[in-house]
Amino acid sequence: MRKYYYDLHIHSCLSPCGDRDMTVNNIAGMGKLAGLQIMALTDHNSVKNLPSFFAACENYGITALGGMELTTAEDIHMVCLFDSLENAMLFGDEVEKRKIIFMNKPEIFGEQLILDKDDNVIGNEENLLINATTLSLQEGYDLCKKFSGVAYPAHIDRDSNGIIAVLGDFPESPEFSCVEFYNLEKREEYEQRFPAIKNKVVIQSSDAHYLDKIPDAKNYFEFEEGLSFEQIRKKVIEFLKD
Amino acid sequence: MTVKELLKLEEFEAVNIADDSRKIIGGYCGDLLSWVMGRAEENNVFVTIMVNVNVIAVASLINVSCVVICENAELSDELITAAKQKEINIIKTPLASFEACAYLSNLI
Repeated sequence: MRKYYYDLHIHSCLSPCGDRDMTVNNIAGMGKLAGLQIMALTDHNSVKNLPSFFAACENYGITALGGMELTTAEDIHMVCLFDSLENAMLFGDEVEKRKIIFMNKPEIFGEQLILDKDDNVIGNEENLLINATTLSLQEGYDLCKKFSGVAYPAHIDRDSNGIIAVLGDFPESPEFSCVEFYNLEKREEYEQRFPAIKNKVVIQSSDAHYLDKIPDAKNYFEFEEGLSFEQIRKKVIEFLKD
Repeated sequence: MTVKELLKLEEFEAVNIADDSRKIIGGYCGDLLSWVMGRAEENNVFVTIMVNVNVIAVASLINVSCVVICENAELSDELITAAKQKEINIIKTPLASFEACAYLSNLI
């Protein structure tokens, strides 16, 4: 067995609040420097930078996971992760159909850039990506499952778009297998206040929108040695679903 | 005013009524349920566009007179079932939250 250090919640320059320097190669390079072996790109409501992110991670020897931070109809942020790029892209197509169309104003929200594998800008997403979709928490969860993915509430210890802040309590359904903390020091307090989160897999990720917010390797999974990228992807999803 | 009187207004339609004699004394408007929990008071009308089933849990906890769901936001069977179980008055309206509050504030 060996430790595989991870960060499963990172935004690229496609996210309106993501810094311009959050290019796919910069993210992968920073991850390498930070000592990470597994990184997931989770832009708001879009998967359009995933193909180039996968290519960049492969260059750096990092296992890329395809994902999205979905804004549900309730304005809750939910991390959705998939065991293959293909499934993530198919999920992205379905989310496109459930978006509430609202033009981005780059001067307010920032640009939403789509990159190729060499960090060249090949597109600019015109519709704002951060606003709510028409997918409810349950619908988003079910849709993710349909494409063999795992969905879990993001930064449950935060007031902005955290599931507990929005709903006042941790809901019984969907039956989440996992929760994400921004600050793990709050875990015990939260487990006491909201017993529904006990016995769930707990993930800590950075939610980095800037390169310097990708922290040094700290959180890890333990899997066998010598796994391929594809095997690692499957192991991570299996672990989070358990 | 009472819930029964509120339902006489054409903009407000009953979804689930457990007790229409409940008096409405003041109101609270909000969609972030953690805020509502800390600020709404007993016998308030709770005005919201939130339609997650936790609305019922919060309404029950605070013991509001009724919940007004604005803009005819779509209600799930799960929410309606929970409202029946917990005996929560649920009313819907096509009005937006601002309009509903402005309307109600003249009547309460």
